Amino acid sequence: MTGSPELLAAPTPLAQPIHPVLMKGNEAMAEAAIQAGCDAYFGYPITPQAEILEWMARRMPELGRTFVQAESELGAINMALGAASTGARVLVSSSGPGISLMAEAMSYMAGSELPMVLINVMRGGPGLGSIGPAQSDYFQATKGHGHGDYRVPVLAPASIAEAMALVADAFELAERYRTPVMILADGVIGQMMEPVDPTYRTPPRRSADWALTGADDRPPRAVRSLQLQPEALEAHGRRLQAKFATIAECEVRWAGEQLEDAEIVIVAYGTSARVARTAIERAREDGLRVGLFRPITLWPFPSAALSAVAADRRAILVVEMSSGQMLEDVRLAIDGGFPIFFHGRTGGMVPTPGDVVEAARQAWAATGPDDEPDPLSLIELGERSSVVTR
Amino acid sequence: MTTSTPDSRRRIYTRPQTLVDRSTHFCPGCGHGIIHRVVAEQLDEMHLTPRTVGVASVGCSVFLYDYLAVDVVESPHGRAPAVATGVRRVRPDAFVFTYQGDGDLAAIGTAEIVHAAARGEQISVIFVNNGIYGMTGGQLAPTTPLGERTSSSPTGRDARQAGYPIPITEMLALLPGVAYAARGSIADPAWIGKTKAMLKRAFEAQLAGEGFSIVEILSTCPVGWGLTPVESMEHVARDVVQTYPLGVLKDRPQARTANAPEG
Repeated sequence: MTGSPELLAAPTPLAQPIHPVLMKGNEAMAEAAIQAGCDAYFGYPITPQAEILEWMARRMPELGRTFVQAESELGAINMALGAASTGARVLVSSSGPGISLMAEAMSYMAGSELPMVLINVMRGGPGLGSIGPAQSDYFQATKGHGHGDYRVPVLAPASIAEAMALVADAFELAERYRTPVMILADGVIGQMMEPVDPTYRTPPRRSADWALTGADDRPPRAVRSLQLQPEALEAHGRRLQAKFATIAECEVRWAGEQLEDAEIVIVAYGTSARVARTAIERAREDGLRVGLFRPITLWPFPSAALSAVAADRRAILVVEMSSGQMLEDVRLAIDGGFPIFFHGRTGGMVPTPGDVVEAARQAWAATGPDDEPDPLSLIELGERSSVVTR
Repeated sequence: MTTSTPDSRRRIYTRPQTLVDRSTHFCPGCGHGIIHRVVAEQLDEMHLTPRTVGVASVGCSVFLYDYLAVDVVESPHGRAPAVATGVRRVRPDAFVFTYQGDGDLAAIGTAEIVHAAARGEQISVIFVNNGIYGMTGGQLAPTTPLGERTSSSPTGRDARQAGYPIPITEMLALLPGVAYAARGSIADPAWIGKTKAMLKRAFEAQLAGEGFSIVEILSTCPVGWGLTPVESMEHVARDVVQTYPLGVLKDRPQARTANAPEG
């Protein structure tokens, strides 16, 4: 198996805190950023991440660090761009509608290779959508945001403790690869409280021989993405792609639970993975052998690991709080190998463990030895639908 | 009468150290060359180059980093004041300026310029106003005077269709965070000198922590305007100043700023 086999043995979120403190997800992520050495935070109010802004508004000035509430998400992320260009460790946070506005600068920062961490606490969409939790921005996070040919690492926490650890990891990744990194949380992770060990990590600073510190006793530097000569831009693009390939090779993370004997493998991240975990316990009580494959990096997606894990299983069940976005990456990873089922809730609705158990049961039934699955059929799950794909 | 030998000759007009010795991409008669020069002269005279971070905007101005020997970060279109805010807030010792055209500052970047000014950010804005989108082929800008023909106002700017030119520097001067706001011109040598003095005062305002400073500079786009370089200068001096009067709009050393130094 590729990926992070140690996580298979000891999944982070199952570790019990020793000296637990009750923390809210948004505030825990904010404090983790502070403890990770964040020099500057720029934000704009949006639900369900406003507590990050509020936490930073109080804590950053206390520590003599930079906090600015910007005039918009455009303003916030461009302040981050400016601060990052000087080598500062910078955090920005928002949610779907704001991330859409930040897409422009994400592209510029990827193009001009500026490190930054962006926490995205997902809410329901499209448009103004709702303020309820959702995973409807997976495409935006992993396939796009802004224009151009680039990738950005995306880390998806499934617990507050993990979110805190990933914030520190995100700064390290951002600086190691000189790239924006996104923490993709959802409204549940952001808003819930959970006992955690308040243990923090401060990644070491790397020398930034590109940072704008004033051309004092050295040649001037430019942080730029414009390359008008086609040859130059193609060469720059190739260099970026080589970097993305390295990230895809070295930074894949995932966790597995109860996979050893699982016949049905649920693939889920974030809050959906937590629901799946409960569903797996219930399904096993009924004799249904189900396990969990939980991507932690959504880009790079743990395709090879999933492909290896899935071999010789009966079926895969993808559970998301969307209409099926990560599902596409699962299908690419499995590449038509065997049946993939999907259960999704949207609009701020969270899947229930009962629904997931039922979806697993139907996936089981549909893939029995005497019951060949129909790739195009729909299975009704109460009022919801699950698509049988292949 | 004194006589001078070759040995006693003194060169009194040289290239500023901060102005890179290379040919530019600017069109013949473009005002950017003059403005780059006076900015470079002013940076040299105030010994600011080693601590300067410039913010390049989108448009003909973007190649700032090719022509000025200072550290430069390239901003998305209109966002330069936000980028400059980020630089200045984490590097309080830096001297930070933006160099923006009128489409960048007065159209797509209105929110960023207004709020940087409102916060009293300790940055200096060099606002090059030639009333046209030069790089994209000469379209109507927010600052295009009424009646002027552009490639997207082919019969002349009509207020009923395209609204009125925006006196944004006057608008910004109203804000308490603004310490200094002025409008100069490169249309004749006298005004080039006065504009340089405006830059000096604007830069001083930042160094003294007085607040946000902006110098609007009326400039030319002979190719976009369909005029010769000389006609362009005359057009600015005779016509454009009717819409955009020259002079200091505000000079208040004790602006009420959000992030003035303590003490």
